[in-house]
Amino acid sequence: MTTRHQHGASAEPLLSIEDLHVHFVTSRGVVRAVEGVSYQVHKGEIVAVVGESGCGKSVTSLTVMRLLAQPAGRVVGGRIMFEGRDLLTLGDEEMRAIRGRDIAMIFQEPMTSLNPVLSIGLQIMEPLTIHLGMSEAQARARAVELMGLVGITDPERRLDQFPHQLSGGMRQRVMIAIGLACNPKLIIADEPTTALDVTIQAQILELMKDLVRRLGIALVIITHNLGIVARYADRVNVMYAARTVEQGTADEVFLTPKHPYAIGLMRSVPRLDRPRGQRLETIEGLPPNLLKPPTGCRFAERCPYRIEICATEPPLAPVDGDHLSACHRARELPLAAAATSAAAVVPAVDLSAQPTLLEVEHLAKHFKVPARGLLGGDTRTVKAVNDVSFTIARGETLGLVGESGCGKTTIGRVVLRLDDPTAGEIRYDGQDLGRAAGGEMQKLRRQIQVIFQDPFSSLNPRMSVGEIIGEPLSVYRLEPDSRRVKERVGELLTQVGLFPYMAERYPHELSGGQRQRVGIARALALEPSFIVCDEPVSALDVSIQGQIINLLEDLQRRYGLTFLFIAHDLAVVRHISHRVAVMYLGRIMEVADRDTLYAAPQHPYTQALLDAAPVPDPLIERSRAPRALTGELPSPLNPPTGCVFHTRCPKAVEDCRHIVPELREVRPNQLAACIRL
Amino acid sequence: MISYLANRTLMMVPTLFGVAVLIFFLLRVVPGDIVEVKLRGDGGTVSAETLEAERKRMGLDKPLPAQFADWMKGMATFDFGKSMWTDRPVTEEIAARIELSIEVAIMASIIAVLIAIPLGTLSALFRDTWIDYVIRLFTIAGLAVPSFWLGMLVILSLLSFFNWLPPITYTPIYVDPIANLSQLIWPAMAVGYRYAAVVARMVRSSIIEVMKEDYIRTARAKGVYERLVVSRHAMRNALLPAITVIGLEFAFLIGGLVVTEQVFNLNGIGKLFVQAVSRNDFTLIQTMVMLIATIFIAVNLIVDVLYAALDPRIRY
Repeated sequence: MTTRHQHGASAEPLLSIEDLHVHFVTSRGVVRAVEGVSYQVHKGEIVAVVGESGCGKSVTSLTVMRLLAQPAGRVVGGRIMFEGRDLLTLGDEEMRAIRGRDIAMIFQEPMTSLNPVLSIGLQIMEPLTIHLGMSEAQARARAVELMGLVGITDPERRLDQFPHQLSGGMRQRVMIAIGLACNPKLIIADEPTTALDVTIQAQILELMKDLVRRLGIALVIITHNLGIVARYADRVNVMYAARTVEQGTADEVFLTPKHPYAIGLMRSVPRLDRPRGQRLETIEGLPPNLLKPPTGCRFAERCPYRIEICATEPPLAPVDGDHLSACHRARELPLAAAATSAAAVVPAVDLSAQPTLLEVEHLAKHFKVPARGLLGGDTRTVKAVNDVSFTIARGETLGLVGESGCGKTTIGRVVLRLDDPTAGEIRYDGQDLGRAAGGEMQKLRRQIQVIFQDPFSSLNPRMSVGEIIGEPLSVYRLEPDSRRVKERVGELLTQVGLFPYMAERYPHELSGGQRQRVGIARALALEPSFIVCDEPVSALDVSIQGQIINLLEDLQRRYGLTFLFIAHDLAVVRHISHRVAVMYLGRIMEVADRDTLYAAPQHPYTQALLDAAPVPDPLIERSRAPRALTGELPSPLNPPTGCVFHTRCPKAVEDCRHIVPELREVRPNQLAACIRL
Repeated sequence: MISYLANRTLMMVPTLFGVAVLIFFLLRVVPGDIVEVKLRGDGGTVSAETLEAERKRMGLDKPLPAQFADWMKGMATFDFGKSMWTDRPVTEEIAARIELSIEVAIMASIIAVLIAIPLGTLSALFRDTWIDYVIRLFTIAGLAVPSFWLGMLVILSLLSFFNWLPPITYTPIYVDPIANLSQLIWPAMAVGYRYAAVVARMVRSSIIEVMKEDYIRTARAKGVYERLVVSRHAMRNALLPAITVIGLEFAFLIGGLVVTEQVFNLNGIGKLFVQAVSRNDFTLIQTMVMLIATIFIAVNLIVDVLYAALDPRIRY
């Protein structure tokens, strides 16, 4: 089970997880969260553990830290060797002395991982005083040093601040400072940048890579983002349904994957560096339920290469030296790269002949932040959207992309008239949507529907799927006959790839992907012609994401739908959109058709966004110079004067502080708002 | 902070005015006439003229809005009027009793907090073990047992086991602390038990919630000692909701000791309240209601200020 020999007898791994088994005892039975996982981490190495939610990647790392949720989590087998000691047999006090001293951990959610009532300084100093016995003054000095190391400006003042006074990126820097405090030998980072914007993600990952290389620390990155793996990892472990299915160097796993699941993942992820294919190839079906895992190969049910032998369990065995795969047919599998490039490239549909459906002109939306109390105070204004103009042709998908707080969701809400515009015009099919009211608005609402981001919270948990989908029909009295409603719900469920019997179910009985399909069916119920999709796939796993994107594209072709597709993931937007608008701090920075925008971005912000997003190919990543955008997103309460991007722009000049750039045609059919073009 | 406090204090005026309107008109809707009760209560024959004269003297003959205006005018100048029954100023009537009530409420709060925080914490940390079960049994009993019944048990057991009864007359604590405490500790314990039970359950559930937070996991990942994880990282966060309950219960105790005072034969606010209501002593009832409302609002304000002290995210 070990791969120790490949590193030579002398190179003992720093951390060696051997045949680990972890169970969770729940009210519904025993969840076998980790089954026979093994991997090694050597000194100074960056190892990635990649897999979808629930595959056991986080549970494995929490087990290393002995931080499993108690009393539900139980280690039922295996060893975790760290510097010659089995961590699983240590006493609680011995283990505590290792945590934060020799092994540090960085968690996913910087917003909730720091204690809100304790100062930043105390939280960084804590491991120093506990593990290294430093005095208050020594620890304080070291904390200032650490904050400088992780790029926090003005550390002296920050020490006395509290977490809520820092942005998400800054908080994650604080987490890294805490992790580095005692010069650990190993850092485990569990989805360290998933909650962050793409430009901040690049800053944080570059910082971590830099520090671990410089300080000789081994790093385990747990992630679902294949681009991050390709950019940073030396070695990769791919997990699926509680097992390791493939293990090897980054080049091996990305260029010649030897497990059908890994191949499927590589193919189903929308990519920034590849033109749009006909459809995303997807892994059909769902991961198995770990309460009752299937016998044999766990992936067999979804595997296109399945044969009879797959009913027996495949061992994780070498295919080629270091490269391990848990597949009976590992040696016969086709090359992933070849298969991908074979996918047909569709030329962009010519939509110029199509009439305009939605026309937005000089739209602005400002929110007042009220002062509290009777005596009042000054109300402040958040200018969420400023002077935004765009059009969408019938049958077109306009992708609206940008980082959090850029106003993309607000635009969606105003177009839906969930919020009223502060200024500007919105015309839908020639009608004034911005000012429509009463019966007129009712009629328009039937044609404009929405799909929300979070399929977990946007469906009423007390309503059955049938009631959720059927509700719009009865609200608009389209189907007075309840039997017809039922039939129509069945039809809608079939259209989105579910089954009519699911109408009886409740949202909690469905998986994330299925719930999002219900959300889509609800949007389709009124046969709209225009749908606002607000981050419809960002809460979903890669393999499920592909399925939903394909469904949306199919529906668009079949019913001639028009989409406003709001997302932060540039690759997803590239895949689904005909044209793309890039937003920053309430303004559109650049609009162009998809291929032009991605091939030749003109605006410095678009360029920075594309640079920051990693591509799942280690060869490409190695050839790209890291050009992380510096600085933080300014507060929309107090946006910069002139061009809102000038504070972070590498090309900014003095004039950018004063002149608000117009969105103008810089090249045929490519509009950008920058005075330097 | 200053402007916040000023704001909140100003906000008290409309709230109290609402309370005043409500209690004033509610009292007058309820049937019963203090003059009748006072003068004809023991079956004597008093002429209608005498009754009318007495009404006039008390100002009860004026139309309701005028009566209300009189009351408001008095309140604004801190003249709260005279008890309609005893003719003594209501402030005197209340002052004679409030000391005792506040003392019992404070003692009960101290007892409750001292019991509730350790018990709630233990219960949460040893969740679903026998320790938790015992503590939960203890707290649920505190909610289920009425405090007057518990009070009777206390008195009966003091009598039968020690053949001793707490003193009946009230001695202020600054005159004779021993005598004072030996009288008031028993009712304080009887009501403190229920109080402790409410708070302990709150502490338990909020510690259980907080221990699931990501920052607790972070603290453990840093290698922080487990007792420090609880005392430094969990406690301050968990106490926030508990403080609300402590404050509300305290305000409730000031006015809500009616039955317990009866059992222990204490001459406090509760007893005065019952008397005032049974005699239809409008002025006294109104003033006491306003007093208790003010205490409620003030305690809430104090709780909010404490919140800001404990949680840096809250700044006024």
